[in-house]
Amino acid sequence: MDPTRKRRLRLVVALTAAVLLATALIYTSFSASTEASKPSEIKPGRSYELTGKVVNGSIRHVGGDLRFRVRDRDGTASVPVSYTGVVPDPFRDGREVIVSGELQKGTFVAERDSLVTKCPSKFTKDEQSS
Amino acid sequence: MEYALALLVLALVVAAVLSLPLRRRGEEERREETRLAELQAAKEAKYREIRDAELDREMGKMSRDDWRAVDRDLRAEAIEILRELDRLEGRAPEGGMER
Amino acid sequence: MAGVGSACLAVALLTALYAVGASIYGARVGRREWVTSGRRAIYCVAALAVTAFGLLEAAFLRSDFSFALVAEGSSTDTPTFYKVTALWATQDGSLLLWVTLLSLFSTAVLFLTRRSLRDIAPYATAVLGCIAAFFLLLMVGWENPFDTLATPPVDGAGLNPLLRHPAMMIHPPMLYTGYVGFSIPFAFCIGALVARRTGADWIRATRRFALIAWTFLGTGIMLGALWSYTELGWGGYWAWDPVENASLMPWLVGTAFLHSIMVQEKRGMLKVWNVSLICATFTLALLGTFLVRSGILDSIHAFGASTIGVQFLVFIGLVIALSAGLIISRLPQLRSEAKLDSLLSREAFFLLNNLVLVGLCLVIMWGTFFPLISEAITGTEASVGPPWFDRLVTPLALVLVLLSGIGPVLAWRRFTPSALRRILAVPLAAMALALVVLLAFTNASDSPASLAMFCLVAFVITVVSQELWRGTVARRTMTGESWPRALGRLTGRNRRRYGGYLVHAGIAVLFLGVAASSAFLDQRDVRLRPGDTFEVNGYQVTYRQATAKVGGDSAGTGAPISFGAVLDVRKDGKHFVMRPSRNYYASPDPSLGTISRFFEGEATSEVDVRWGLRRDLWLAVRPDIGSLEKPIRVADTKFADSSADVQAFIIAALAERYRSDPPPAAFRAIASPLVMWIWIGGAIVVLGALVAAWPSPEARLRRVRSLYSARLGRELSRA
Repeated sequence: MDPTRKRRLRLVVALTAAVLLATALIYTSFSASTEASKPSEIKPGRSYELTGKVVNGSIRHVGGDLRFRVRDRDGTASVPVSYTGVVPDPFRDGREVIVSGELQKGTFVAERDSLVTKCPSKFTKDEQSS
Repeated sequence: MEYALALLVLALVVAAVLSLPLRRRGEEERREETRLAELQAAKEAKYREIRDAELDREMGKMSRDDWRAVDRDLRAEAIEILRELDRLEGRAPEGGMER
Repeated sequence: MAGVGSACLAVALLTALYAVGASIYGARVGRREWVTSGRRAIYCVAALAVTAFGLLEAAFLRSDFSFALVAEGSSTDTPTFYKVTALWATQDGSLLLWVTLLSLFSTAVLFLTRRSLRDIAPYATAVLGCIAAFFLLLMVGWENPFDTLATPPVDGAGLNPLLRHPAMMIHPPMLYTGYVGFSIPFAFCIGALVARRTGADWIRATRRFALIAWTFLGTGIMLGALWSYTELGWGGYWAWDPVENASLMPWLVGTAFLHSIMVQEKRGMLKVWNVSLICATFTLALLGTFLVRSGILDSIHAFGASTIGVQFLVFIGLVIALSAGLIISRLPQLRSEAKLDSLLSREAFFLLNNLVLVGLCLVIMWGTFFPLISEAITGTEASVGPPWFDRLVTPLALVLVLLSGIGPVLAWRRFTPSALRRILAVPLAAMALALVVLLAFTNASDSPASLAMFCLVAFVITVVSQELWRGTVARRTMTGESWPRALGRLTGRNRRRYGGYLVHAGIAVLFLGVAASSAFLDQRDVRLRPGDTFEVNGYQVTYRQATAKVGGDSAGTGAPISFGAVLDVRKDGKHFVMRPSRNYYASPDPSLGTISRFFEGEATSEVDVRWGLRRDLWLAVRPDIGSLEKPIRVADTKFADSSADVQAFIIAALAERYRSDPPPAAFRAIASPLVMWIWIGGAIVVLGALVAAWPSPEARLRRVRSLYSARLGRELSRA
């Protein structure tokens, strides 16, 4: 095989690999992603990644569960959440949280261990998930 | 007040330091000296490559024929560098550089 | 003193701008004195930055709360170590650290190259001056670390308890040294492009800086992972969090750069790759610095969390535009000097290596920025989690480890196929043996990816050992030295090569730990009363009793209250005790009750880990203080205005109450195999990098001799 053909062949192989990678990226990411939604946006019937702030004074321990309310970051719409699993260290009133789950009968039932709390310091971000 | 004073003092000190080379001016270092250093570095790198190729042949990574071709190329490149070095240094051969 | 500090920064900014102007002017009109002046300006910036840094540290050490930064990040009861390191836990302080490190490194490289690289150094000086000026401008204009408070508070807010861990405090300087270190080769790359001196000179001059930067960045990343594992309550070391990814991306591209430059040094090829890679590494380093402090990835309102986000983006945009523009306009000078002889050469594999590493970086970038991408495309913000990252990264990582095993075996320029077969025979046999052993004696087949990784690790380690062996044998054949001497001379004269092989071995060991611990861990989440037992991975864990300590926290972080547990662990006749706990820090919020504020502040998990070469046992406890809620509220009303002594007494009483009759506590236990090898692998990598970076004595000797030779030549021609 003369050098020019070799070079072109290599280019074709490289481009094909790049296209394959790009396709894999796009396809897998859009199908595996979860949508982030505010309490005012969620509806029953599908799973969401709920983001918002913990309503002050709403944290309760009921049996082995954690109950609290999450409200819109800039707003008052809030939804009650029922959660089991690891509670991250920075979790408390007023902190920004992300939790995955589904709205069932008015309460957002969270997936186990899916609670993520953001560190209050704007500089150092700290997230925990499992 | 403290800020303004410190600003003035520091600015003056720095300005003094920075204007020093401008006032001295003279000192025309020859371009050749830096080109020399660069060529020396290139020569060292080339020698290392020749030795590496030898080691690779010894370790069996290259057949004798392959190595001969590579060694030939490398030595030709090294000679080019040596030629330019000689040109720069006038005519004086380098004194005892290797080993 | 704050005024002096501010003045230092302002003068430093002006000096840095002068450095840019003087260097460019001197280079354009050919007047060396202006270039020298510009270089000295960078030295001055370094002196000013160090002075400012020293002033700020002094303020922290004497707890001078008139400094806004000290009031924000430290307090009188913060331990001294954390007082010193709190400086860079803040936005402003970290910018100062960046500038200080940058100016010191710039001084070093400019001093070392003051007589060489005549065409390139002035422009490199200008670039370094620009970068310094940018960070200084950020501080002078927006985030001044020397801001003062008109009425200093009595006590500061204290360092965030989550950060009170030695690893977390050394982590930022390590990362910044990495980022800053890469700006040196970047500056010289831009200089080389501007001056059209696109040979390997700029690479040779800055290679060590790149290697040192890479090592520090890698160490910083490892420390972050170690902190996550030992300090956070979830027991993992990597979460594919945007902040973690932000530091990993420049490291990956930096790795590609370090390998790719070897090809340019030896064969004059891959020039476009090299300039692109270093520009990309530096851009990603800036991006990493920016991501961590911008809040852009966690909020749709991109710059809401930071006042300097826009400026960073503008600067990054300028860097990208400048780099791309220069590279495209200098393409003629970046043509390869040689052709790729054969696909079985080191050059070809390095090219493949570049592709894989860049591919990895792109995957991680895609996943990290996905919320923004999906919002732009579909209108809703969606994110991908660790499973997606693991799925895409694992195959690429496997290919990478495979390449790191084949690469050392190849030779430059060309390789005889039959020789390749012969040389790979033993490593392939080792890989096959590993496969058989793992399949027969372990359950490694449960995770095919891990099984593949284990086999590749065996491959790599065998290759490295074989290289050392064959090299020593070859050297003995040529020089007849004894075994130890031959090995010593072999590695001593080829530090770069064998240091690199050691790094490959270290990476393989690291991946061994990652593969084993991620696929085969055993995790248990339980609620226990004292006396209960549970089992994890063959360990019998019994909750013996609760502990409660007031004041004097054993980890030295200054926590007032510490509730924990004592657990007995038994396995195979062995017995040991573990003591995880939870630290409670007082909240400074004045709206909380006098007693409850001690429990409503930050709380951190003090994890107990029993390290082991074969597996780690990791335990965390989350005490239930709900039973204390009523007595605390009662105490709030009864003792609202009591003195500190009375408060301490109440707290001690509450602690004793918890200790003697604890409600069920939540425990998480994780037994992960071979985790320790991740840290061991990391240490081997650092060792290998040290070997590779260490200047060889012969080179030093030759440098001295060559200086004399040059002097001789000069004096002879003058005569």
